[in-house]
Amino acid sequence: MTQNSYSLAELVIVACAEVWRDDGEVMATGIGPLPRIGAGLAKLSFAPAIQTTDGEAWYTSEPVGPGKRAAEPEFEGIANYDRVFSALWSGRRHALVGPVQIDRFGQANISVIGDHKKPKAAMLGARGFPGNSISHPNSFFFANHNKRAFVEGEVDFVCMAGYNPARYRNGAPPQGLDLRRIITNLCVMDFGGPDHQIRVISLHPGVTFEEVQDNTGFPLAKVEGEIPVTPAPTAEQLELIAKIDPNNVRATVFKDNPAGDRRAA
Amino acid sequence: MLDKRMTVDDIVDQISDGMTIGIGGWATRRKPMALIRAIARSNLKDLTLMAGYGGMDIGLLAATGKIRKLVFAFASLDHYPLEPHFRNARQAGAFEVLELDEGMYHWGLRAGAMKLPFLPTRVGIGTDIINQSGFDFKFVKSPYADGEEFVAMPALVPDIALIHAHRSDERGNILTLSVDPIFDELLVRAAGKSYVTVEKIVPTAELDMKKNSRYNLVERAMITGVAEAPLGAHPTSADPDYQLDLKHIKTYVESAASPEAWADYKAKYIDVSEADYQAAIGGEEAVKQLPVPIY
Repeated sequence: MTQNSYSLAELVIVACAEVWRDDGEVMATGIGPLPRIGAGLAKLSFAPAIQTTDGEAWYTSEPVGPGKRAAEPEFEGIANYDRVFSALWSGRRHALVGPVQIDRFGQANISVIGDHKKPKAAMLGARGFPGNSISHPNSFFFANHNKRAFVEGEVDFVCMAGYNPARYRNGAPPQGLDLRRIITNLCVMDFGGPDHQIRVISLHPGVTFEEVQDNTGFPLAKVEGEIPVTPAPTAEQLELIAKIDPNNVRATVFKDNPAGDRRAA
Repeated sequence: MLDKRMTVDDIVDQISDGMTIGIGGWATRRKPMALIRAIARSNLKDLTLMAGYGGMDIGLLAATGKIRKLVFAFASLDHYPLEPHFRNARQAGAFEVLELDEGMYHWGLRAGAMKLPFLPTRVGIGTDIINQSGFDFKFVKSPYADGEEFVAMPALVPDIALIHAHRSDERGNILTLSVDPIFDELLVRAAGKSYVTVEKIVPTAELDMKKNSRYNLVERAMITGVAEAPLGAHPTSADPDYQLDLKHIKTYVESAASPEAWADYKAKYIDVSEADYQAAIGGEEAVKQLPVPIY
């Protein structure tokens, strides 16, 4: 296996897995194929204590990938609706979710584009995003890093709270607000800039900071010195990913399933 | 003898224009669809619909113009994430909304069930949920040393709750046999009256209550009436009796593409008797064969 033989999806999965590295024994929720496979990869490698579900109502002993299953997984606990709220309000969860819009404060939206009363596009509704955002750590995945997703002003309807002092009656968010990482098709970011400014912490192979900034509606910080390249999957990680995702759903996330190192093509 | 048996149409007759109706289930799971279809073809109007965990219940009542106000946290068909008739109606500004977080909705039902005016929560802080024109959210300060300020989530109290369960006896002792009861218990406890459709009404002994006690969500005093409605959750699931019907849901999704497509769907599946509906979906045999979905 040569160093370049991994896809962008696999690079992103490894970056997603990293969000759970130091979480200990928490409920790990990855929404969408790549975050979900990422949670599985974390569980099978460096974060064995995390609990993942079958996507319905059960915690499973082994991670369950997207798509058809060869056999029913072993269930290790119940994760019904009531239990999910109990878990998340306790703070012992870290979700990696895929909103439609995010802004400079980390405020995120899955409800509407346009006016809430008569939206240009009605989407899901707020779901559990408001409660998630102020209860436990959250990270984000965006398949298309562009200015429609990373908006210039505030998002059209704030479903997830962020680091926006104007939104808090005493100027400070609840203690549970803990935004961790943003993984995109171009880079990995965190909220480690001044006053939680979103900061590029690694660039995918062949991507420049300028390209990321040009596709973002607000100014980004960057780590000091040369920005690291997002680590390529190891051979062992690629094997685990294939085991978690035997249906190769990961190949369907990005158009034409591009290589992880765009210069390799 | 205490006998709470009714028909689906009897239940719909209990609803009047302008009422607040709470719907149980979750997206594609155990929605009381036989009741929703009956409401959709009734003359009812101006309903306030409380459907926190919504799907086709919202979509069908939106498409048939029954909703004046919607209280919800999402509308989704899960495998088809966006509810197309909900979208069309929202984008036309067809009704008022109060959009909540899923947990706030849960909390509102719990307050209603506990006969409290509100319950404190952090949920909503920092978001646009608490800035909607549809409701003037208030705040409460902890009276203890911490002094933290919370959102006061108001009780959600529907006039009538509608849920779908698996079994009942004629007195309204119900069993909800699926792994996840969702928040149907709280909805029933919060509502003024509660009506349940079930797959089958059986003698009390057949409920095997000693073995099935965990599936008995509420005491029968909370249940106003029960109607036998086999396949009454279709096309949503009533696992373990049957699974969701993804093919039908796809047909439903496609019905939002044009007024003609909707007219066809409505003529075939809504403006018909429940018996004709069942025939149109292939009958019990086809529904019982539906595969377990993959999430």
